[in-house]
Amino acid sequence: MLTILFDGIAYGMVLFILAVGLSVTLGLMNFINLAHGVFAMAGGYAGAMLVNRAGVPFLLALPLAFLAAALLGVLVERTLYVHVYRRSHLDQVLFTIGLVFMAVAAVDYFIGSSQQFIALPDFLRARLEILGGNIGAYRLFVVAVCAVIATLLQVGLSSSRFGARLRAAVDNGRVARGLGINVGRIFTATFAVGSGLAGLGGMLGAEFLGLDPSFPLKFLVYFLIVVTVGGTSSLTGPFLAAIILGIADVAGKYYLPGTGPFIIYAVMVVILIVRPYGLVARSEAR
Amino acid sequence: MSAAVEAGFAHFRRRAAWRPLEYAFWIAVVASLLVFPRRLSFINEVAILGLFVLSLDLILGFAGIVSLGHVAFFGVGAYAAALFGLAVFADPLVGVLVGGATAALVGFASSFLILRGSDLTRLMITLGVASLLYELANRLSWTGGANGLNLAPDPVFGIWSFDLFGRTAAIASLAVLFLLFLLARRIVHSPFGLSLRAVTENRLRAGAIGIPTHRRLVAIYTVSAAYAGIAGALLAETTQFVSLDLLAFHRSADALVVLVLGGAGTLYGGLVGAIVFRVLQDVVSDLTPQYWEFWVGVVLVLVVLAGRERLARIPANLYRRLGLEGA
Repeated sequence: MLTILFDGIAYGMVLFILAVGLSVTLGLMNFINLAHGVFAMAGGYAGAMLVNRAGVPFLLALPLAFLAAALLGVLVERTLYVHVYRRSHLDQVLFTIGLVFMAVAAVDYFIGSSQQFIALPDFLRARLEILGGNIGAYRLFVVAVCAVIATLLQVGLSSSRFGARLRAAVDNGRVARGLGINVGRIFTATFAVGSGLAGLGGMLGAEFLGLDPSFPLKFLVYFLIVVTVGGTSSLTGPFLAAIILGIADVAGKYYLPGTGPFIIYAVMVVILIVRPYGLVARSEAR
Repeated sequence: MSAAVEAGFAHFRRRAAWRPLEYAFWIAVVASLLVFPRRLSFINEVAILGLFVLSLDLILGFAGIVSLGHVAFFGVGAYAAALFGLAVFADPLVGVLVGGATAALVGFASSFLILRGSDLTRLMITLGVASLLYELANRLSWTGGANGLNLAPDPVFGIWSFDLFGRTAAIASLAVLFLLFLLARRIVHSPFGLSLRAVTENRLRAGAIGIPTHRRLVAIYTVSAAYAGIAGALLAETTQFVSLDLLAFHRSADALVVLVLGGAGTLYGGLVGAIVFRVLQDVVSDLTPQYWEFWVGVVLVLVVLAGRERLARIPANLYRRLGLEGA
């Protein structure tokens, strides 16, 4: 029981890290980025390559995966996404789905369609007995890392200068620009961090989410659930949504193996019917 | 009746009139059956894709609803037809009608979900409903799960059985496509279709001049779901097999691609797009079988970068100039 709860929390934490970037681009910048999973996949694959082929230590590979995904994010944002920010939602959907298709096929072509495994160092492979529950050291590690990141994000967004500028840029881009804030650069930086976190999540989660070329499509729904169900007014909403989703998914797989993700989709549809703008909604007008 | 109203009616009647090239298009479609007797099952697939895209066009092109889960209705129609055929009555025509009716029911029920919220909520709900149905078909025992179901439909009208070469299949699908196209054409040019355009262009203003916007959207969504369901049922009956692939996400995405390439908001766009898409797919798949999706992605990205709305006017203007569409 405790094990399931803990696995669910670890799963939810990783989902949060994966999806938090999306909650900014999609929720705050109002840009429908269905290709978010591509950055997660990029980070995961970068991590797998570094650890398995180049022999880089796991702990060092994590920040490198973050960097790789963030760099890719900046590149894509500056060269491609800037052209579609102001387009209709249909354009954004088509554009980002196109990117997903390209990424899936490209990874398949260059690396192969088989599942990737990232070799864990020994000290993360142990299992610990805590409070009568059997908990993997790796899950503990994941929860710790994600908790630190979530705290940093919350503090950064609410009390740093950058966070204030970002919120200003999102709330009213024109006025923010008028006050001398470089909105474009803020968005690029945010996008980079979001993509980097997705990459980090992709590598952290490779152990229990799996990592293969279909990753961006397989988890697209999950990311979108976290963002839409959580709402976009704060980080708390997506965080809660991710944790609930993680626990529900793990518990569902354990107690009701016959239903699979069915319950999750059903819950999502119901929540969106009752609250079309998410659990923690900013305002109905957005 | 005043002269101005008379003139208005005359204008819309002229718009709705058949153009010479439309006759030519459908004659060419029928001729393709005779010209390519070895590719009849291919023609069948194109016809079904065309019908599916036509159904998406009804909501996206004519009602402005962006959907990522239109495949839900396609799959529901296919499974309903298959299950009905296995359990009750194996007549293919009845099967197709059952498929369409079931999809229409599901469409009607889910149409209320898409009336509220933003584009994003709509995307999520359509995608969510499609994923939900996919998982349902995967888990339930009576849908055959990942193995799918084999059907053995009776001959059409008790005379023409489905042969190996797809002769009956191609003719039946084209006939259904033609009939439903006629209906769609009628719908689009009817007062109902015109009011729908008003709703798409400005929902607030349309409501203000007395158009019941919600009811219009529910109606067109239901009709579109029925069309998609009939397309799915046709595929189930003619290939005599249903599987999870009929509910897979890539079908929704493909339909969007076809519609965008062919031109959304023009009835012939979906059909022309389906022909171009499937022929291209056939050619490219011969060269690089696995990586077809990559090229679909490239085309999507390029189309949007080049300005989809500007590009979309090219086929629309083309059809208009060629006389496929009312001016």
